[in-house]
This record gives sequence, structure tokens and C-alpha cells, in this order.
Amino acid sequence: MGLTGLEIFKHLPKTNCKKCGFPTCLAFAMALANGKTSLDNCPDVSDEAKEALSSAAAPPIRLVKVGSGDNVLEMGDETEIFRHDKRFNHPTVVAIAVNDNEDIEAKIDTINGLAFDRVGQHYEVDMVALINASGDAATFKAAAEKAAAKTQKNFTLVTSDVAAMEGALQVLADRKPILYAANKDNYEKMTELAKANSCPLAVKGENLDDLAGLVEKIVALGYRELVLDPGSRDTSKVLADMTQIRRLAVRRKFRPFGYPTMVFTSKDDPQEEMLQAITYVAKYTGLVVLNTTKKELLLPLLSWRANVYTDPQKPVAVEPGAYEIGEVNENSPVYCTTNFSLTYFLVEGDVDATRIPSYIISVDTGGISVLTAYADNKFTAEKITAAIKEYGMEEKVKHRQIVIPGAVAVLKGKLEEESGWEVIVGPRESAGIQKFAKERFA
Amino acid sequence: MAVELLKEKYRSQVREVVLGATKEEGGTRSHTLKVGGESALPFLHFEGTIPNRPLVAMEIWDIVPEEWPASLKSFFEDVYDDPGAWAKKCVEEYGADLIAVRFKSADPDIKDASAEDCIATLKKVLEAVGVPLIVYGCGKAEKDNTIIGPLAEAAEGENLLLGVAEQDNYKSVASAAMAYKHCVIAQSPIDINIAKQLNILIAEMSTPLLDRIVIDPTVAALGYGIEYSYSIMERARFGALQGDRMLAMPTIANVGHEVWSKKESYISEEEQPGWGDQAERSMAWEAATAGALLQAGMDILVMRNPNAVGLIKKLIDDMMKG
Repeated sequence: MGLTGLEIFKHLPKTNCKKCGFPTCLAFAMALANGKTSLDNCPDVSDEAKEALSSAAAPPIRLVKVGSGDNVLEMGDETEIFRHDKRFNHPTVVAIAVNDNEDIEAKIDTINGLAFDRVGQHYEVDMVALINASGDAATFKAAAEKAAAKTQKNFTLVTSDVAAMEGALQVLADRKPILYAANKDNYEKMTELAKANSCPLAVKGENLDDLAGLVEKIVALGYRELVLDPGSRDTSKVLADMTQIRRLAVRRKFRPFGYPTMVFTSKDDPQEEMLQAITYVAKYTGLVVLNTTKKELLLPLLSWRANVYTDPQKPVAVEPGAYEIGEVNENSPVYCTTNFSLTYFLVEGDVDATRIPSYIISVDTGGISVLTAYADNKFTAEKITAAIKEYGMEEKVKHRQIVIPGAVAVLKGKLEEESGWEVIVGPRESAGIQKFAKERFA
Repeated sequence: MAVELLKEKYRSQVREVVLGATKEEGGTRSHTLKVGGESALPFLHFEGTIPNRPLVAMEIWDIVPEEWPASLKSFFEDVYDDPGAWAKKCVEEYGADLIAVRFKSADPDIKDASAEDCIATLKKVLEAVGVPLIVYGCGKAEKDNTIIGPLAEAAEGENLLLGVAEQDNYKSVASAAMAYKHCVIAQSPIDINIAKQLNILIAEMSTPLLDRIVIDPTVAALGYGIEYSYSIMERARFGALQGDRMLAMPTIANVGHEVWSKKESYISEEEQPGWGDQAERSMAWEAATAGALLQAGMDILVMRNPNAVGLIKKLIDDMMKG
């Protein structure tokens, strides 16, 4: 959503001097608009033009980094309203709230354990939001010490009391936590603190108008590592505010809103809280702070986050290989399919539902589906044979039978010839696997 | 500083479809329900109207759902054998806006029940509850073509929502809807072009049916490709608001059907210790899938777990606040 070539061209010297390596200023402008060159390559551009162009060419939403060393979380740098246009870049950070007056160590242990493995992916909670619930600076600092010793996760420090923030920062400044939050009363001191410690600063407005004003004041103080909280807490209002912030930043290049966003859930009931967070992950929120530590609620939330932030232009592939579904043994049935994730997961779910432990060979088709891969010569007798050998199926099972998708029944003869295995043609649709397996293998 | 909000100006809106018919209208429902009619993206009250809240239908079967996990079955143990009682429980105890009856018994591999058997069940359900109904066959097109017509005829004037018309098998359902005054679910396989094409085909049979189509874009469960469905929905809804009348239908999602066959729904905590309690996880999986789809503009959610239904209804209450 940068400037067009012609808009950039207006600011260039128009001398066609070729020093930038392009034949004309216009050609240079066009290349610049497409991100193919940098303004620095023009030796004669005026300072005013530079200023005008760099602010206009800046990404609509600033990339803000939290944390340090190997443990940096990136937020923002989003350019889209709809994920079908281009992928969303930085998944919503999921933080769990910890009050400074509760049992810090126990809670942090629980949070450290909020990690999940499913479908070959690893999900975990990213952050601890340490809240100065006691209202006491010494308690807050002591809690920061305990928490820091217990976890490598990133932090948001939640207090509007500058002295309390300063105390906690003595412990945590190196970890570059988000400081939450600057408001109309404390923003000068909070900004100073954020600046001095190079930490991202959350800005909390009473509403969108207030937020924009506050951001401008902080930017005027020379600080731009910001995270925005519009202050709304009702689900539908948060949706409206997050939508406006994203639209105004991306479509209007409204600078005060060109930062990642954050919000706290407001429901007491953990299940309702999870559904609020589902909504916020769908719609543009950079960081969401929850109270619940229930695995059964965080697993769906983190799965949804992974789903929303996949690249819509790339077929999603699972790692090719032989997957074990249940407690397999040398007599277990062997199915094969492609490594297009939608296909694979359907087959996996249906094979799993047969309750007959089985192998599924996910053949590397570059992440495309059965019929497409067949048409494209990526799902062939040779490839399936190679996969049988490569994944050691001849050692894993003592029978020599493989089930192929019904849609490619035509492969049967060739595959039997190539592999020496008996080929069983399975159902055309994955949904038919249960019945098929019941008749064939039960 | 005053921020000038960015409000989209859309050219069009989603069609509004009426489900059910009261006595005056030729049916026996206690009330009708309207669905669709949005002139804004989901719940963006600042730039348009969302005249009707999304509806939650609860799914009942005409056989005992042996394959459902115990944590789900337990809600209905007292009513399995009686679809009427089952429907009544869903409406009265769990607040279902609609009842979706799935005629599993018709499946040639299950009971191969006849159209007459199905009609008897449908009549029981119609008597037991006053809400509008959705009717699904067993899912096998060949058989369903022999039962949907007779069911539609037997319930003439009730303005059922009949499932499902597909691109290569839409005529029997669409003509049943046309002949006996019902609405029709037009189902397409996660493909916006087929969704549109199917509506055009149905319109060629009968233009007035255009205002009685509900699109089922086919949804995947959370974690199983839901993002494809989500993006197809967003594109379709955006297209509808921009004036594409052949995509401007309200939508329906078979949430429960998708979710309850997935591992996350049924695997026990003993087998998968890192995933938390099975009963709550499976409920949350269904609710989260539904909650995500609401953000893409889903109008009718067909669900199974009463607690998930309760949660989603609360979420809808919240989202409908302007």
C-alpha cells in the first residue's frame, strides 16, 4: 500500500542522470514503488523529498519487536485487510495474565507448560502479562524477580504507576518487555522510561480519538516503538475499533494508527473469554491477554491462530513420510495419499475414526491434492514406490498391501508392477474409509 | 483528536430469507425466522445494518448416534429413541433457534429406511416443536433423491430448509422446494465459483427460488482447513455487498458434523495428555469453529453440543450490540 510510481516521481530531481542505475527518473520511481530499489541510490534527492517519501514509503503498520536475544517476538508490519489478498504476517501474540499478588511460581509453571503438539506443529503461549494488582511497587518488583527466574517467555508489564514500572524494569529491562501503559496522565514519564530502556510502549486510549491524540504526543517526544490499546473491552466494540485501526492505517495511511494493537479479554468465564479471543485473533489484534490457563481452551485458540496466519497463496503441506495412526504393528493396514494438508488431514481423521491402527504414507506431491497431483505426474506409481521404500514400509509391516485413493484406481496395475505390492483400491472419498476399513480390515 | 472513521459504502446487501411458516402462511410453525439481510461485513454496525442475528440450529438424528463420543451423547440419552422428544429438548432446554433433522436411517448401509418412515419421523418433529426445521438426507445423493421429494410433499407449506442441492445433483431438491414451497440449501465444495454457478442453475429452474436459497459453502473444522472456508466466505460476502446478486444469499455451516469426527473432539485426555479434558475440549472445539465462522459472515450454524450452543448464543448477543 505504498505510493505509486507517479507519486514518487513528483519528488525526484527529474534529471534522468542515470546515477541510480536506471535509465530515467520515472523508471527509478517505478522500481521504487515496487520495492525493487532503495531511495538511497539517488544521490541528488532533496532532504524534503526524502522526508516526504520515507514517511510515505514506510510500512503502513510499524514492525515492533518485543524481547531480546533469541527470544524476539515480532508484531505488526501488516499490510492487508483480508487474508485472501496476501498473508497476515505476524501471528497474534497470546499472553496470560499473572497478578503480582498471587502465587507467581505456581502460575508461571503452569504457563510454561502451555505448549501443544498437533498435526506436526508446535504451539505455545508466548508471553506473561505481569499485572501490578497489588498496587504496590515493591510487590510488583518482587513478582518480576520471581517470574523472570522461572521463565524465558516474554513479558508485558502492566501498571500505570511509573515508579512501579521503574522497579520492575530494574529486573526485566534486558528482556525488553512491553510497558503497559502510557495514558494521558503518565505518558511523558512512561515514554521517557521506554526510551531509556528501549522497550516497546503500550498506549492506552479511552477511545479511538483519545488514542490517536496520545500517540501523536508520544511520537512528538520522539518515540515510535508503540503498541495500541483502544481501551474498548466489549467484544463488538473491540471488533469495531480493531477494524478501524487496521483500515485507517492500511488504507488511509493514518500514521497515529500505524502500530500493532493489543487488548485484554473481559469475560470472567474462561470459555467465553476464549471465544472473545477467537474473535480478536480473526480480526487484526496484535496481542491478546487472557486469564485462563486451561489447555482444553488454549489449544483451539492457538490452532485458530495458526490457521488464520497461514499463507493463503501456498498450498499447505504436511511433511511427507509414514505416519502412525494409533498403536501400529507389523500387520497394520497401509494407506497412501498426497501431502496436501487438507487431503492428508481428512484421510488421517477418517483412518483414525476406523479405530484400526494404520499407517498413512504421505507422498511428497508438493502439497497438491490427489487428482491434481496425478494430472501433474506428481502422484505416480514410481513416486509411491519410492515412498514405500524411503519410509521403510517393507521393514515396518510384514504384509505387502497398500490402499490407494479410489480417484486414482488407474494406478493399480502400474503400481503393482513397480512395487511388487498388492494394491487395494480404496474409496473415492475419504469419508468412505470407515466403511471400507470395517469390511476389509476389521 | 477526532478520528474520521473509515466506513465502506456498499452497493448491495445480502438477501433476506424467511424460514418456516405459521398457520396463516400455510404451515404449522409457531413463528418464522428471518436470516441474512446484512448490508455490512460481519457485526460492523458502524457502516450498515445487521437486521437479523445469526441463528443456531441443533442437529438431531433419527437413529441413535452411536458414533458420537460419550461426552456428547450424554446430553441426549433420555431422548435418543424419540426424535420428537430430542427436538423438544433442544428447543426448550438448550435454546435452539431451529432444529436440523438428519435422516441417517435412510442410509442404505444403515437401515435403508423408506420415505414413508422418514415422513413419520418428520411429522413427529413438526408436532413436537414450533421452530422452523432444516431437513438433511443421509448424505448419499442417490438415496436422498428418493426421500427429499416425498418429505417436502408431506410437509407442504411448512417452508422447511431442504438440504442439499449440489452442482451435479440439484434438480430433485430444487424442484421439491419449488413445488411444495420450501427453501433450499445450495452446497458447494469450498469453491466460490461453484457456489455462484449453482445458484445460477437453480435460478434457471425458478427465479423466485433465488430468495429461498441458503448457501452452504462447505466448512472445514478448526485445525482442518477452516481458513480455506473462512476466506471463501469472506470473499463471497464481500462480493455480495459489492453487488453480486448470485452470491448474496445467507449462509449455513454444518459445524457439528465437521467437528465431531475430528481427533480433538473425541480423543481422551489419557490418550493425549497434553490436550486437556476431552469433554470441555470437544465442546470448545465446536464453539471455536462456530465463533471463527461468525467472523466470516456465517448466518446459520448447525451444532451439536448444548454447551457450545449456549456459548455461541452468548457470543452472538454480544456481537449484535451496536
